[in-house]
Amino acid sequence: MVTFTLNGSRRTFDGDPDMPLLWYLRDDAGLTGTKFGCGGGFCGACTVHVDGQAVRSCQMAVSALAGRTVVTIEGLGGGQSHPVQRAWIAANVAQCGYCQTGQIMQAAALLAAKPHPTDAQIDEAMAGNICRCGTYQRIRAAIKSAAEGRA
Amino acid sequence: MSPAGRAPGDVAAAIETANVSRRRFLGGVFSAGAFVVAARFLPDSLLADGATGFRTAADDAALHPSVYLGIDRDGTVHIVTHRSEMGTGIRTSLPMVAADELDADWTRVKIVQGIGDARYGDQNTDGSKSIRDFFDAFRQAGASARAMLIQAAAAQWQVPAAECETGLHEVVHKASGRRAPYGSLVAAAAALPVPAAGTLTLKPRSAWRYIGKDRALYDLAAIVDGTAVFGMDARVDGMVYASIERPPVLGATLKSVDDKAALAVRGVRQVVTLDPWKPPVEFQPLGGVAVIADSTWAAMQGRKALKIEWDLGPHAAYDSARYKDTLLAAVKQPGKVARSRGDVDAVFAQSAANGGGNVIEASYYVPHHAHATMEPPVAVAEFRDGAVTAWAPVQNPQAAQETVAKALGIEKSKVICHVTLLGGGFGRKSKPDFVAEAAVLSKKVGKPVKVVWTREDDLQFDYYHAVAAVYHKATVDQRGRPTAWLARSSFPPIASTFTAGERYGMEIELGMGLTDLPFDVPAYRAENCPADAHVRIGWFRSVANIYQVFAASSFVDELAHAAGRDPLEYQLDLLGPGGVLDFKADGVANYWNYGVPADKYPFDTRRLRRVLEVAAERSGWSRRPRTRGRGMGIVAARSFTSYIASVVEVEVDGEGRVRIPRVTQVIDAGTVINPDRVRSQLEGAAVMGIGLAMTGEISAAGGRIIQTNFHTFQVPRITDAPHQVDVHIVESDAPPGGVGEPGLPPVVPALANAIFAATGTRVRELPISKTKLA
Repeated sequence: MVTFTLNGSRRTFDGDPDMPLLWYLRDDAGLTGTKFGCGGGFCGACTVHVDGQAVRSCQMAVSALAGRTVVTIEGLGGGQSHPVQRAWIAANVAQCGYCQTGQIMQAAALLAAKPHPTDAQIDEAMAGNICRCGTYQRIRAAIKSAAEGRA
Repeated sequence: MSPAGRAPGDVAAAIETANVSRRRFLGGVFSAGAFVVAARFLPDSLLADGATGFRTAADDAALHPSVYLGIDRDGTVHIVTHRSEMGTGIRTSLPMVAADELDADWTRVKIVQGIGDARYGDQNTDGSKSIRDFFDAFRQAGASARAMLIQAAAAQWQVPAAECETGLHEVVHKASGRRAPYGSLVAAAAALPVPAAGTLTLKPRSAWRYIGKDRALYDLAAIVDGTAVFGMDARVDGMVYASIERPPVLGATLKSVDDKAALAVRGVRQVVTLDPWKPPVEFQPLGGVAVIADSTWAAMQGRKALKIEWDLGPHAAYDSARYKDTLLAAVKQPGKVARSRGDVDAVFAQSAANGGGNVIEASYYVPHHAHATMEPPVAVAEFRDGAVTAWAPVQNPQAAQETVAKALGIEKSKVICHVTLLGGGFGRKSKPDFVAEAAVLSKKVGKPVKVVWTREDDLQFDYYHAVAAVYHKATVDQRGRPTAWLARSSFPPIASTFTAGERYGMEIELGMGLTDLPFDVPAYRAENCPADAHVRIGWFRSVANIYQVFAASSFVDELAHAAGRDPLEYQLDLLGPGGVLDFKADGVANYWNYGVPADKYPFDTRRLRRVLEVAAERSGWSRRPRTRGRGMGIVAARSFTSYIASVVEVEVDGEGRVRIPRVTQVIDAGTVINPDRVRSQLEGAAVMGIGLAMTGEISAAGGRIIQTNFHTFQVPRITDAPHQVDVHIVESDAPPGGVGEPGLPPVVPALANAIFAATGTRVRELPISKTKLA
């Protein structure tokens, strides 16, 4: 039995302790905003916040969450109110949109740690998040816009 | 030069000569728009062959002049998008067309995603043709409703309809100052006959309200808050999850399976064996062993515990390194002539007799590539009472209906295929094998089943972009201009997926950069050399343009360099003054022109010259750096009836690392609906093209695909992508051309040419990462 906080609510889990957080979120908790992209920690589509850090939920077993706090895209801002989400809308970042929740969670964690990142810091922080549609230029622009409080 | 006239009937005749399964495939690729327009307004189109009887909010609306559009009594407008949203923005852009013609208030438009249903006409969201094929139909849908609303208002006010016009979501009679909101007119309008398409007056371009203006994606808010529903997110009460161990080599069959350990995994319910496919492979499920479980994770864990023995079959000998040599040898031999102008052999013979000093030749190689959509293939299906309901991210829901129906032996009309958002498509999700897997499994286990492909499954069981070799040879005059030119390509053809053993490319493939070479040269011959397929071959964003344009435009750059001429000036010279090309005159009897008539969509090299000139100007071509380690490449190509020029700027450091500060993309796509989505497609195509060129490779050993996940199949990350992609749209009132695919092909040779300019190293093989640049 594992107890943790998910988007502000207490959750307990007594299933397979090896189950990655990703599949707990998607199949058990019905929070499908967190996406499955590779299952190997290579693509970042499943990025969530654990104790404020961006982590790949496909690489973290639910059993490792005891006492910790998980925030998913559904809990980030409530609707689209987080500055990063607003910046994403203003810049029309998305194409297919599948990777974007992971991108947004990664960007939100970056800005929490570095409110005014340089291009190089943005690229470094976002290098683990693949967008096959190739929206990177708008991702960078949206992060800068959010950092500058323009969104 | 005369226009290359080509009626749709010629296309139909060309198709008629092919066999049945190939015809079915071609039917999807070729545009069905022409004949659909005639049928779509008929009230009995609900009864069209293969129609499901499924009703949408548009069908149920009080005013329903078209399968694509309905208006409620409260004025809510429902517009059906029957094309799939995979990132191009079509789900927003096509409704913009109808809303514009209706003068609808966009905030009162609700977009309905069409299920797979024959009454919508062609639904294969592929070939960059959604706007091309349905622009007129959606204008007519909007115009029909507008005409009926105007007529209803005119009758109510007892004034001539000609005195009435529309404002935003209302009919206005200016003379009397009367106005009526659309909703108030719906009941009266619904009693009127739907006007015939030929009687409709369409808005003049100057009155367009939405077309040509930026509009955000309809689903943007749902995408950023995580509520958007992709195929991966589809969920049905009582569903179970499946993970399938597929035959590791194409055509391998199951010898034995031991499922004891799998069944012991917590959450696993049962293990089900799937039948192998029968040639041709088409869109059939690949077979294998499925583990059914209570969660995706449990199904995956159970699958890992399976012990399976396979009989690998003949394709186990496939080795892509050896195959590369086979292809490169194939293009050194004569092939099937696909286009011939002048007497190439005579010029070559004369050149040889004179010592042969003016001959330039080169071979190029491009490996297999995988689509690698961020959302792997996934589907939910429920078989119940002899019918199937599926939810899936498919580019072609009618193909899903057909494939599921065939797999289960039921009528196509018994398959309801709901289309979710697609987490990427790029051609992969036109092939609905994964939907049939879910349907077959649902029937076997008696519950709704969700089949989830892992990334490893996706990379190892794709319908791969063909590996290809292309050979070019030219003799040149004193100015370095070709006097004769021979081009040969060899690649396992897409047709091999639909006709077992097919070894030659179709005109669809050859007409992407080989038979449609646009240069004004006195003698040119294009040939296609045979190649065997050892994996499933499919179409990938921009298809054969990738390897044929890479080769041709690299070769042109080589010719320019050999002549000591500027690559831009040289390309403009080769294009000549410009005009409409007639490939038929060069013996391309079945030139396909992307499925549209050449009188409406001629191949006009003036437009190709124009994008080259604009790209040169916008990129600062004439002021480009000429220092070692820095360079620019410029290439133009027409594909999917649009004209694109790409300029790639590179920096290559002392270690041979390539950085791309900027790509300039210039497109003439004719009439543009949503410019922001055109820009986004060209930005993305630049990134995808750069990635494909730099690191993209799928290879095989022992018949198995070597790459397993994103660490071995490398797609571009933010750190690999061009730092900046500038997009310029050439203003045009020509009919709308394709946008999703054309941005990719010229980027690849422009990059290779830029690397040559920067380093002096000519890259003739992709991926570029295999060539040492320092």
